Amino acid sequence: MTTLTDPPKASFRLSMLLYDTRYRSTTIQVIALMGFMLGAAWLINNVAVNLAAAGKPFTFGFLSDASGYDINQKLIEYNSQSSHLRAAVVGLLNTLLVAVMGCTLATFLGVFIGVLRLSSNWVISRLAAVYVEGFRNVPVLLWIVLIMAATSHSAPQPKDFRGDNPSATMKIFDSVAITNRGVYFPEPLFSNSLGDVAMFPDSSTEACEAYAAESDDDKVIKLAKSCGSFQISLDLIAIGSVFIACLMISKLVANRASQIQAQTGVRPTVWYLRLGIVAIPTIITLWILGFYLGYPELKGFNFKGGIYMRSSLLALWIALSLYTAAFIAEIVRAGIMAISKGQSEAAGALGIRPGRTMSLVVLPQAMRVIFPPLISQYLNLTKNSSLAIAVGYMDVTGTLGGITLNQTGREMETILLLMACYLIISLIVSTVMNAYNERTKLKER
Amino acid sequence: MKKSVFLGALTVASLTAGIAAAGTLDDVKARGKLNCGVSTGLVGFASPDANGKWEGYDVAICRAVAAAVIGDNTAVEFVPLSTKTRFTALASGEVDLLARNTTWTLSRDVDLKMEFVGINYYDGQGFMAPKALGVTSAKELDGATVCIQTGTTTELNLSDFFRANGISYEPVPIETNAEGQAQYLAGACDVYTTDASGLAATRAAFENPADHVILPEIVSKEPLGPLVRHGDNEWGDIVRWTLNALISAEEFGITSANIEELSKGTENPEINRILGTEGNMGEMLGLDADWAARAIASGGNFGEIFEANVGEKTPVGLARGLNALWTDGGLIYSPPFR
Ligand SMILES: N[C@@H](CCC(=O)N[C@@H](CS)C(=O)NCC(=O)O)C(=O)O
Repeated sequence: MTTLTDPPKASFRLSMLLYDTRYRSTTIQVIALMGFMLGAAWLINNVAVNLAAAGKPFTFGFLSDASGYDINQKLIEYNSQSSHLRAAVVGLLNTLLVAVMGCTLATFLGVFIGVLRLSSNWVISRLAAVYVEGFRNVPVLLWIVLIMAATSHSAPQPKDFRGDNPSATMKIFDSVAITNRGVYFPEPLFSNSLGDVAMFPDSSTEACEAYAAESDDDKVIKLAKSCGSFQISLDLIAIGSVFIACLMISKLVANRASQIQAQTGVRPTVWYLRLGIVAIPTIITLWILGFYLGYPELKGFNFKGGIYMRSSLLALWIALSLYTAAFIAEIVRAGIMAISKGQSEAAGALGIRPGRTMSLVVLPQAMRVIFPPLISQYLNLTKNSSLAIAVGYMDVTGTLGGITLNQTGREMETILLLMACYLIISLIVSTVMNAYNERTKLKER
Repeated sequence: MKKSVFLGALTVASLTAGIAAAGTLDDVKARGKLNCGVSTGLVGFASPDANGKWEGYDVAICRAVAAAVIGDNTAVEFVPLSTKTRFTALASGEVDLLARNTTWTLSRDVDLKMEFVGINYYDGQGFMAPKALGVTSAKELDGATVCIQTGTTTELNLSDFFRANGISYEPVPIETNAEGQAQYLAGACDVYTTDASGLAATRAAFENPADHVILPEIVSKEPLGPLVRHGDNEWGDIVRWTLNALISAEEFGITSANIEELSKGTENPEINRILGTEGNMGEMLGLDADWAARAIASGGNFGEIFEANVGEKTPVGLARGLNALWTDGGLIYSPPFR
């Protein structure tokens, strides 16, 4: 039994929301949130009223209409009869293509330059510094336009390859043609091709009837290509799965070698075995499929055949990579400098060569510091790719946010969709990269 | 203080809600300046001269409207717009009038909520190629690389033309005519396509115009005309009748040389009605009596404007053709001033 009475419970009064420090911050936050929502509601209402006054209801119906325009670079089948939505997807794939290519090249270049900047050779480290400052301090748009202008004015025109005594010739055993419209590479082709499978075919369409007919007629084959939402090459799947299976077996061999090394201290030489395991079945698959290279050839106005990398893609890719590499180089440098000198000295004491010290001891640890800012560089590169329109590269800003917007006059809808596209790409990239970061970060015990 | 900010915000809200509706005439008069959307630079149609003064066939329309409404043909703010930005600029109220080689189409008129007030140039889409290429017809262009301005009827027609003829092409999208010209001259595309008038104007700016041919095919109808926002009929009427006044002036022989003379009154009632010495046409439009006289005096009648900017004596060198008056076998025709 207790004789102590509880202190009198302070009854809640309204004024406490403001004067009691326990509640005050919550009150302020609630008021701020309400203010924000009111502001947003006012904006949205204003837009709705204005659109209604202009007689333009807010709808996305236009997305299913035929687009009416052509796109030069398309990773999936597309023509002017396809819908605006499909044009947007074609643009989105082009955005992703240049983003992936750009991130890859920028990473290699950035790491390379970042390491060079720390070189003990004065000339090399100064050159790397000049590179970083030069690219970092000039807007990327200028680099894009400059590279585009340089290629379209300095490289030969397709017509220069014509005639008995042409002023330009193809490079590397007549396999690569460099023109001012882009570069043509040989393309892998298969004489015993397994064909493509149409995903989500709609058998009532003309294209899918042609697809089912499996005719040899060029016109029918061309038509059949637009059956389904997109088509997947069976050849690619076959080669890919053989290759991955072989890689996995080869990994088993490597694990076994590590086991033996752990037991006996001597690592058996297995690299030729591993190479054979991967190479031989892959080559056999290629041979069965009848692999050969299709070379570009000058026909009419342009080169035909081969893989055509347009100068717009080339300029955008190179400019974005060079520009972002300058930032990545700085991030890499900072990451390496964050690793204590003792680490490389210890590695040196164990007799590890400087190059291997960098790749085996310093860089893996530096990665933890490098990773988070690297993610934001990847996101920057992806968003900067929307400058594509400056060189006529048909990314999603060019198709959905450019031609579709213009031909349909749906500014609000297309811009909102466009923003959603970039938001989703960015969120996906950062989720994946954050997951990776989580896995590799230093586990504190 | 706080209260007035809030009230201010409210008025802005109600104002913005009404912006698309009406009142362009009052806005322009209050501002004392006409905001006119023109192209980013197309010799003969709209381009700034060496002193930065805008001139051209489309510019003349802007000046005539400014003269009619404000009484001063220099009270114009020219807003250069690309094919991509033009409709947004007009719809948002950034410009009051768009005179920019714009084709009158159903979807622009109906779906984009624009109002075309007339046609000042009957055009069609053509192709230009270097002579050295040896092409004589657009049907030979299978596989060619073609430069096109995006957001135009040009790119839609191009797609239709190649599809209808069963041939393929590689489009190179560009933003402005200047960029297209640069790409074409650098050989980044084999052919350049746009309205035939635009081709002539573009070619006129080349160093060696004779090295380039304009192919005989005209693949579309491109009626070009000035346009305003849908929904403000009073303003639309003013622009429409300013254009009609210029056309009627040519038909009835009113020129910049004799307009002062004729403004004193003539035997011809139609001329008198146009020039405001008879009837109350100006009042009906919400303007004063000599609105049309000022518009005509601004740059001359329709024919004079044509000859001075794009006619055969200019570097652009266009023949009147379809753009002659109906009395001379062309299509230019104005409804009566009555
Ligand atoms: N008439 C077409 C095409 C308009 C167009 O592209 N005009 C070009 C050449 S005729 C132009 O004005 N270019 C000047 C510029 O880019 O500002 C349309 O309305 O869509």
